[in-house]
Amino acid sequence: MKAKTTPYLLVLPAWIWLAIFFVVPICGMLSVSLMTGNVLDGFTQTFHVANYAEAIDRYWRQILRSLAYGACATALCVAIGYPVAAWIAFRGGRHKTTYLLLLLLPFFVSQVLRTISWRFLLADDGVLLGPLKSIGLLPEDAHVLSTPLAVVTGLAYSHLPFMVLPIYAVLERVDHRVVEAARDLYATRAQAFLRVVLPMSLPGVFAGVLMVFVPTSADYVNASLLGGTGTTMIGNVIQSQYLVNNDYPMAAAITFVLMALLLAGIFGYARALGTERVMEVRA
Amino acid sequence: MATSTHEGPAPHPPTTAREGPAAIGLEGVVKTYRSGQETVAAVRGIDLAVHQGEFFSLLGPSGCGKTTTMRMIAGFEEPTSGTVRLAGRDVTGVPPDRRDVNMVFQSYALFPHMSVADNVAFGLRRKNVPKDEVRRRVGEALDLVELSGLHRRRPGRLSGGQQQRVALARALVNRPGALLLDEPLGALDLKLRQAMQIELKRIQREVGITFVYVTHDQSEALTMSDRIAVMNEGVVEQLGPPAQIYERPASRFVAGFIGTSNLLSGTVTTGVGEYARVEFDGIGHVLVRTDQTSGSAVDVTVRPEKVHIGADEPAPGMSRLRGTVGEVVYLGASTHYTVVLANGAEVVVFRQNSSDASNAAERGDQVWLSWRPDHSYALPR
Repeated sequence: MKAKTTPYLLVLPAWIWLAIFFVVPICGMLSVSLMTGNVLDGFTQTFHVANYAEAIDRYWRQILRSLAYGACATALCVAIGYPVAAWIAFRGGRHKTTYLLLLLLPFFVSQVLRTISWRFLLADDGVLLGPLKSIGLLPEDAHVLSTPLAVVTGLAYSHLPFMVLPIYAVLERVDHRVVEAARDLYATRAQAFLRVVLPMSLPGVFAGVLMVFVPTSADYVNASLLGGTGTTMIGNVIQSQYLVNNDYPMAAAITFVLMALLLAGIFGYARALGTERVMEVRA
Repeated sequence: MATSTHEGPAPHPPTTAREGPAAIGLEGVVKTYRSGQETVAAVRGIDLAVHQGEFFSLLGPSGCGKTTTMRMIAGFEEPTSGTVRLAGRDVTGVPPDRRDVNMVFQSYALFPHMSVADNVAFGLRRKNVPKDEVRRRVGEALDLVELSGLHRRRPGRLSGGQQQRVALARALVNRPGALLLDEPLGALDLKLRQAMQIELKRIQREVGITFVYVTHDQSEALTMSDRIAVMNEGVVEQLGPPAQIYERPASRFVAGFIGTSNLLSGTVTTGVGEYARVEFDGIGHVLVRTDQTSGSAVDVTVRPEKVHIGADEPAPGMSRLRGTVGEVVYLGASTHYTVVLANGAEVVVFRQNSSDASNAAERGDQVWLSWRPDHSYALPR
């Protein structure tokens, strides 16, 4: 009897933690999202489902934009992160850990500071655009700051390690002899990569995409520091509904809409990729 | 065989067909690695020719250069100097995907994300073989290794022995000019390994493809090979059929590495016809066949199973030494004796426990050791 209950007792702290810091707030938020009222007169629970309709109706543009920015940033992270991970895994030699540390080093600095640094880098006459303009490669009125490009770049930069690390973890475990076997079986270098290394590393890409897409879609720091009026993301809307307009039910309703969309997206993605099949590779 | 026709050439069994250029030719192949400031030689100059349809083994201890040699044939390593030829064509510098050899890896190196059938079809698909033919040949290859019906399985769900067969089928299906096997049975347990040795030999006879087999296991090499190259420290010490390697080791290393050998240090004194007389310090002399001149120091080698042990004086003409029985180890089919000679040297003797072996020697007995002079050889020291 004792042996049977021990495992449950051991996970109990974790369950309590989840209950207090996840389940209770989520339920609270769900309840708030169905309230009506205002901050002066107070909010009352009226099960006002129309909050959701209003949230979608008023902010669908920002929601779509957030998902689009998230997708672009994720794609950028894959494009930059995969080669970096592959290089460290296959060519890193005994300095692998050093390279990984270098990759993470900027993240010991606060995200706000790092994002503000990007404002200097991307400023109209900053270190990047200034020289390009003075040699005539860019027109004088060219700007990056306040554009979607700036926001997506910032998002990709701040989430790159979350892409590199899972891909690296998988690539690092790819047996080099499997690549040799492919080469031995008449595959060129490119074919060996496309047919063997890439499919074997998909679980890492899968994990990386989730770890980048979800937080970038819900991000608000990059859009508020690097973006302008035309690049407002849903995270910024939620923030202002909460802290500026104090319209808690609306903020909560938007949050749930975003969460529902992301969850649906994740499940669709997992199904399309065939998680089970992909996960088998690791066994 | 009863009637003989005089038309056309006699058909050659695959293992002796030696027409055309050698399947694999290595000419003055050297491979050195740079390790820090030092240059380490893995292969110090190898010349050999593997015949078409032959089961050829590279045998040696770990670090002898056998795997490096095989990897140079496959194209994973390039020789520092020398030439690698496949069917007469110089392939030095040609990448592995454009060499007509396939390899069975020690760890199998199967593609974990592909089914058994896709693993086996991999090479054919790279060569753009038509779909129907791919399906047919994959089926045949899996039949050959007795894995029919496992097409859709993933390698991770197979036993070690089955994975090994998939690796074999994946290479054989391409009908390469030569198949390279890098200690393919190393990860299997003894029973399975012995079964696979016979199996490999059968498959090789059936497909008639040249096999180059790398192993450190001498019994494996002796069981399967048509010829063996015994390697040590980057050179081939001896190359020949198993019986020759075993019966007439060319060097102290080969004698020690293959089977159990008795090595007795002595000095050549005089020649007696085609035999020479070798004097041992304080325990007498024997006659051996040797080309060593008188005065040279030699090791006389004789296999334990060639030595007769008994209390009675041996017949004239036999080489003989006297000693005391030290250890007696009964092994069922045979008994192993360790006999200590007067000068302290030890001679190991294997004796079959056949029905007439009644007067067995016991520990402490004074015995005669004897063997026919042509069963022993003198190796230069």
